[in-house]
Amino acid sequence: MTSERMKAGLPRARSRAVLTHAGGLHARPAIKLTQVAKRFESAVWIALAEQGPWIDAKSIARVMATKTPYMATLYFDAEGGDAAEAASALARLVESDFTDDGNGA
Amino acid sequence: MERDTAAVVCLRGTPVSPGLARGRLVVLADESPLPSRERGSVDQESSRMHAAIASASAELVALMERAGDAEAQAILAFQVAMLADPVVTEPAFAAFEAGAAAEQAWRDAMDLQIREYHEADDLYFRARASDLRDMRDRVLRKLGGADAIAIAPGSIVVAADLPPSRFLEIAWDGGGVALTHGSPNSHVAMLARARGVPMLIGIEQADLRGHTEALIDTDNAMLVVSPDSRLAVDFASRQQRAGIARAEAERYVNAPAIAASGERVQLLINVADGSELERLDPACCDGIGLVRTELILRNAADLADEEKQYLAYCCILRWAAGRPVTIRTLDAGGDKPITGYTIEREPNPFLGMRGLRLSLLHPGVLTTQLRALARAAARGPLKVMVPMVTSPRELDRARALLDSAVRGLRKEGVEHAVPELGMMVEVPAAALAIDLFDADFLSIGANDLIAYLTASSRDSSRLAPLHDPLQPAVLRLIHDVVEHASAHRIPVSLCGDMASDERCVPALLDVGLRSISVAPVSVARVKSAIARHRVATPKGAPFA
Repeated sequence: MTSERMKAGLPRARSRAVLTHAGGLHARPAIKLTQVAKRFESAVWIALAEQGPWIDAKSIARVMATKTPYMATLYFDAEGGDAAEAASALARLVESDFTDDGNGA
Repeated sequence: MERDTAAVVCLRGTPVSPGLARGRLVVLADESPLPSRERGSVDQESSRMHAAIASASAELVALMERAGDAEAQAILAFQVAMLADPVVTEPAFAAFEAGAAAEQAWRDAMDLQIREYHEADDLYFRARASDLRDMRDRVLRKLGGADAIAIAPGSIVVAADLPPSRFLEIAWDGGGVALTHGSPNSHVAMLARARGVPMLIGIEQADLRGHTEALIDTDNAMLVVSPDSRLAVDFASRQQRAGIARAEAERYVNAPAIAASGERVQLLINVADGSELERLDPACCDGIGLVRTELILRNAADLADEEKQYLAYCCILRWAAGRPVTIRTLDAGGDKPITGYTIEREPNPFLGMRGLRLSLLHPGVLTTQLRALARAAARGPLKVMVPMVTSPRELDRARALLDSAVRGLRKEGVEHAVPELGMMVEVPAAALAIDLFDADFLSIGANDLIAYLTASSRDSSRLAPLHDPLQPAVLRLIHDVVEHASAHRIPVSLCGDMASDERCVPALLDVGLRSISVAPVSVARVKSAIARHRVATPKGAPFA
């Protein structure tokens, strides 16, 4: 993953959101998060602190393994052609308590 | 027949889904040993594995379509998503290179990931280990070409653990589950509750060979194997009564609470940290009568985190959608210690530094909470309640701290509102002199009030007769507090076990109470008890 993250020249965007989902990042919201992340061609990472460690937001196993608790701040970092859209879509998803998945829900 | 000769066996367990069930006993064996088999080439093993994963996935997707409810679909979707994630499956494929057969490679790779979940501190994540075992075993069955044994509809299933996808394959039709392992947070427990399938966990181990019939009785926390005719007849009549009561309670769950004599009663719910609201329809209640902030403020870091508290309160207000929400300030001490905050090794913690007494010892911590509460009050009808008030001076000091927190926010230009400040009435000294307190509202804390009034703890069954909530001393005291509140138009409510006890609800209405706060699980039952009662006092106290 380190080498992947070293790619130069690609657009990069960051965002953050507080997880207000009762109980934390459980299976259901984690699946939604990875589904939204996978819609973008950009590589997307997620972390619980601004300095990382960063993990692949497209892997349900990795996202679940963060065991993100209720009220934690989630940081997103996207790299690729649609990085800005990816970062903002993920923040919007978390802020809306997983109701706004960009599908007009 | 075996049933006539087998002796009755009663096994204790912990109910996680209530109900009564009776049916044919099916004991599921633990995981079967791996069949030994000639190992193929790396390519052969790899394609066997791909095929097994694909076929397990397809089965889960089909099961999802059949399940028809969001809860079950989400559980199965998790397994489908995990099977599609290379992070999950890659280690098994990597193991072929080291010479492993598909079965062993898959089991080893999954067991490693299952262990990580199993060792998690958080109960929710720990319970996911069971979902992963479910997924592991389905793929293993596919690798071995075997299908799980079919279970007849209406069976009583006894097993070590029951995977959620297995649960969803079974036609329950009046059957039930008893597990020797299991967790109340497991997906199978949630499914059982959602579908009304009675379920016990942690039952004692026993050899049940030769038995063919069983009852699950969650009222008595018991699995009864080979019941005799007396037990069976008694059980059948209880089953019938429970069915009538349940149908009646369902009618009431989202209806307003109205007594048989026409009085409208405000029915509020008690909340721990807000996470339990996820599955609850706000239409079932008139608001939240008690938020216990001890579960939001678990440690020293939380106590200092105004932003986190603010967001937690906002979340609860958002759920309540305009209904009133009463939040109790930190009620630590007694049986609820916080390192660095509560007093260690107090000789008698229940009569020591707890509730507001402790808050006034740490005014900085209370101020942080009051700031968070005043900020959240700008977002919805929030009220602040302080616990364990004994003398009027303590309440005055709490109000002074609230006033100064509000002044601070105003000076800083932070959006806020001034919340009402009420008190919990749970110390007899406060109840007896209630006219001396300057509270915007009252909430009678029946559990502690009864314990302090009768000098008896709830924990001892020997003291139960002394602890009776319907004894004259308790009802007179509640009556006097309610009467004072009515005369001065002070909103008054009651929380505690008494409020959800069907035996006590009529008495509470008769002493004039018109507002009670109960656990969410009791809402329908209490509304039905209210609907059956003709209230003796024509005029009640104001709502909280």
